Amino acid sequence: MNNTENSPHNVDHRKVIHEAIVRKNYKRKIVNRVFTGATIACVMIAMIPLGSILFEVVKNGISAISIEFLTQPQGSIIRGDGGVGPAIQGTLLTVGYASLIGVPIGILAGVYLSEYAGNSKFAYTVRFFNNVMTGIPSIVIGIVGYIVLVITIGSFNITAGAVALSIIMIPIVVAVTEETLKLVPNSIREAAHSLGIPKWKVTLFITLRSAKNGVLTGIVLAVSRVAGETAPLIMTILGTSLFFQGFLSPVDALPLRIWRFASQPYEHAHSFGWGAALVLIIMVLSLSILLRFLVLEKSFKSGSLVKM
Amino acid sequence: MSSEEYANTNSYKLSSLAVTKRHGYKVSVRNLNSWFGSKQALKDINFDVKENTVTALIGPSGCGKTTLIRCLNRMNEMTSSATVKGSVYLDDIDIYANNVDPVIIKRRMGMVFQKPNPFPTMSIYDNVAAGLKLNGIRDKALIREIVEESLKGAVLWDEVKDELGKPGLSLSGGQQQRLCIARALAMQPEVLLMDEPTSALDPIASAKIEELMNELRKELTVIIVTHNMQQAARVSNHTAFMYLGELVEYGPTKQIFENPQKELTERYISGKFG
Repeated sequence: MNNTENSPHNVDHRKVIHEAIVRKNYKRKIVNRVFTGATIACVMIAMIPLGSILFEVVKNGISAISIEFLTQPQGSIIRGDGGVGPAIQGTLLTVGYASLIGVPIGILAGVYLSEYAGNSKFAYTVRFFNNVMTGIPSIVIGIVGYIVLVITIGSFNITAGAVALSIIMIPIVVAVTEETLKLVPNSIREAAHSLGIPKWKVTLFITLRSAKNGVLTGIVLAVSRVAGETAPLIMTILGTSLFFQGFLSPVDALPLRIWRFASQPYEHAHSFGWGAALVLIIMVLSLSILLRFLVLEKSFKSGSLVKM
Repeated sequence: MSSEEYANTNSYKLSSLAVTKRHGYKVSVRNLNSWFGSKQALKDINFDVKENTVTALIGPSGCGKTTLIRCLNRMNEMTSSATVKGSVYLDDIDIYANNVDPVIIKRRMGMVFQKPNPFPTMSIYDNVAAGLKLNGIRDKALIREIVEESLKGAVLWDEVKDELGKPGLSLSGGQQQRLCIARALAMQPEVLLMDEPTSALDPIASAKIEELMNELRKELTVIIVTHNMQQAARVSNHTAFMYLGELVEYGPTKQIFENPQKELTERYISGKFG
């Protein structure tokens, strides 16, 4: 009815578009294939270093691992007896201690930025410096720990190490917490407020709980990151071949041990280094897997509303 | 007990208490104005709602219905750009007075939203119990009792009684909306504010919720925003017609639909615009 020359919907337009689609069809299919191929190729390239690192570490490290290796302090490096027990213990203690400091501060700061600060200038500044913090070289943070907590206390100690690691953790936890909380739909907050629940309870028991999986993933990311840190630990806990001696003595850690083993000329030291690296990788990996199985899969349990 | 003491009472069985009402009305809106930034969304709204009635707010999109209902329990002020001026009386308390805690007002006035929004990490049971638990009620037997009573009140009990531990989100859309109603009912509100509660639901689920409103009216006062004029005609005792932020006409539903006093109302009701 409207197929007059003046109609915007005349047949000619349709014909032009149809011809264009047909003409481009062949080309489109090729481009499609090339693009898919390129993405797959890039995935492969990204996997190669990861795969080869895992392969090398397992190949060289598996022979070093034994009960003695996991539990005993270092013996004679020339004979190759003893193990990395103190380093495993030290890593668990230092990273655990760092998490105790860094995780609550990081989560609460992230909650503040997402739920309370809005778009104020202050929030903008905090966000900016938080991003800057993630880029600070870890050796600098180690030096800060050295000056503030090693020189003043008078010896290398676990607190200095934990504080240094927590400074690395905090910006990661803050950013992830803020981003995940922002993904919680506002309708959930409004529903909670409409029940007359005070804001702090809404934030803690409704909003944060809805964002739990994201926040936990962020924590694991941060823990994995600091578990492998070496530089800040050299300046703060130093490393030792002894088990934990107290809060005012040097503590060992796996990355420190790997670094020391690698810089020694002995065959057994290198083998121990590979073994320690394998232990560290397994520890970090099992943390991620544990999280997935214990929390993410069963994130839903009935009757689990916070006990008060 | 003075009105302020009453406003701040922590009791959850508030509806059973006898209260002096302002001119006998449950909710009275006086000279209510609201802005989003510099744009005025509500202009001098005045109306009164009797206890145990259903009041429908109708009008074309963007006329301020949702803003108005969100002003009634101070939910609107949670939108950062929104400002409110004027008074809303719940019984004889001006909920915008300085000494009134908005948290307490929200406990007394439940709200059901346009889209079902159950708490995503909680079971059916916990969704209903959340308001009670987070308001400090610890008596487990009492919570159980109220959860059952609320789910029955929202006509959902028979469908979910054997699977209270399942996630709230596992229910269908209509069931989720009734779960949200049960969640609001669990707080024993005196007024239930419903913002287009059936707009996301199919006709069967909508019919169930409409039936429910009829039942709820016996226990409390219902104010509902709706796009659906037939729904307003079916469920409400009073209807308010809003246009461009103004309350054009307010009166008994029968009168609004059969014999509107204003030409604008007549044109909207008969579908000439909107």
